[in-house]
Amino acid sequence: MPEINTHIDESMLDGFTRLVTQEAIEGKTMLLNMGPQHPSTHGVLRLLLELDGEFVVNVIPDIGFLHTGVEKHMEYKTFEKAVVMTDRLDYLNNIGNNLVYCLAVEKLVDLDVPPRAQAIRVILTELQRIASHLVWLGTHALDLAAMSVFLYCFREREMILDIMEMCSGQRMMTSYFRPGGLWRDVPVEFEDAVRQFLRIFPARIDEYEALLTKNPLFIERTKHIGVLSAEDAMRWGVTGPSLRASGVAHDLRKVRPYSGYEQYEFDIPTHTDGDTYARYLVRMEEMRQSVRIVQQALDKLPYGPTRSNNRKFVPPPRSELGHSMEAVIHHFKLFTEGFPAPKGAVYVAVESPRGELGVYLEGDGGPKPYRIHWRTPSFANLQVLKLLAKGHLVADLVALIGTIDIVLGDVDR
Amino acid sequence: MGEHLQKAVQALQERFGATTSQFRDEVSVFLQADQIVEACELLRNEFEFEMLEDETAVDYWPEETPRFHVVYQIYSYKHNERICLRVPLNGNNPSLPSIEGVYPNANWYEREVYDMFGIHYEGHSDLRRILMPHDWEGHPLRKDYPLGHEEIMFSFNFDEINARKRYATE
Repeated sequence: MPEINTHIDESMLDGFTRLVTQEAIEGKTMLLNMGPQHPSTHGVLRLLLELDGEFVVNVIPDIGFLHTGVEKHMEYKTFEKAVVMTDRLDYLNNIGNNLVYCLAVEKLVDLDVPPRAQAIRVILTELQRIASHLVWLGTHALDLAAMSVFLYCFREREMILDIMEMCSGQRMMTSYFRPGGLWRDVPVEFEDAVRQFLRIFPARIDEYEALLTKNPLFIERTKHIGVLSAEDAMRWGVTGPSLRASGVAHDLRKVRPYSGYEQYEFDIPTHTDGDTYARYLVRMEEMRQSVRIVQQALDKLPYGPTRSNNRKFVPPPRSELGHSMEAVIHHFKLFTEGFPAPKGAVYVAVESPRGELGVYLEGDGGPKPYRIHWRTPSFANLQVLKLLAKGHLVADLVALIGTIDIVLGDVDR
Repeated sequence: MGEHLQKAVQALQERFGATTSQFRDEVSVFLQADQIVEACELLRNEFEFEMLEDETAVDYWPEETPRFHVVYQIYSYKHNERICLRVPLNGNNPSLPSIEGVYPNANWYEREVYDMFGIHYEGHSDLRRILMPHDWEGHPLRKDYPLGHEEIMFSFNFDEINARKRYATE
């Protein structure tokens, strides 16, 4: 066992008493435990609430119930094998996790990706963004007692998951992107399936909006709830739709394009109110923009290989193994040892549905990541809950947890 | 390297005598532990690096001097630049000042680094474990910490394994 620093004070649950106000200790305000088994905490999030009557004085999030040590595990796997771990982080944005990991590995070893693979990556990432927003919309509305939206959202999400299954064989844990491109090309039915989805989906967004946007009950529960100013959002490192709803037009797809996003035309939806309703509007508009991107990418989807032909990093196709000794050697080397990465560190970030998803990846000359750190948007955005909830009712807290759109697999890693 | 980033790096070099390194297109600036708060203030106030994107650490065990690097990624919205700061720390009682006063969201990142690496932050408002249980022993992401596994319990050895299994107290 490693030596433990004795001068570090291992904190106990008593440590919580430092975090609450004097009134709570005197018994003037009440401490209430919310979660980890609460249906509207979207997973296993525990919140220690300090309440004055029904008003929230302080929120102390307690996370880590879903901690699976993904970073440690990935250090013990080769670059190629570690892809499967990435799916398990943010389980509503698996494709996005695959993408950022592959981009990091590609940057670390300086590997090219063919244009067709890049375009398919964009299509699938945007479809995944829509799917993620649909889950967010459904559960957010469900928390605010609008049951039917949830059913409609999951109907359309199922279409996207079918497309994922068609490509990768898995609905959710896709592991479809690999360093250097894709696992394999998309099947022939892919294009029709995506076009079918694009045909029906814009009208479906209008349908959701018809249910919520002008619904007085929904507006009552969301307008002026959890206002986040642009300064606070920037200071606290909030990214994604929450930042854009506060009036900062920052989208990594625009400012630091990756995977050929610079070829597509799309807008960054923003709003200036910074409240829960503004975040709702921004996400709805984002779904429309994603449809636009998928449409463009599909229209000019180039033909060609879907994986780099750099044999030092990418295994040769099955057909070559029968007649090329070199291919057999490469195949053997890549699947027994893996490819080495140079000594050095890279940080790559992409725009996930929840915000900036970053990977810090360090190589040491060996075939495994020496250190990989996930800068996950849910973890960063959850910190701001304290700021949002102050002074609101307990009932609004449910709306606020929904509006920052956390996934606990992403928070706890 | 963009022009603005170049200026910021130059300022850090002049003010703190920092060394730099470059890999791919990313620039890393090496600083001493006692300079980090001032360096962050300089970046935020004079060069408009408004956001702390990420803070983490790397363990280079069995090397001892330095054993750890604490890595900061700081981003500027206005100039769309990212700078990486690295602080080397020795293996014996690693500690450095907290930058919570400059970037408030460092709070949780520093708790995570403390939890996973046992690096102590001076002046942190709430240095507790964040992901691991509060009574956990050791710091899992250190390189001398074994990966470990869960022993599979069958009916014939259930009691034996159950007796040595560590359950959370309270």
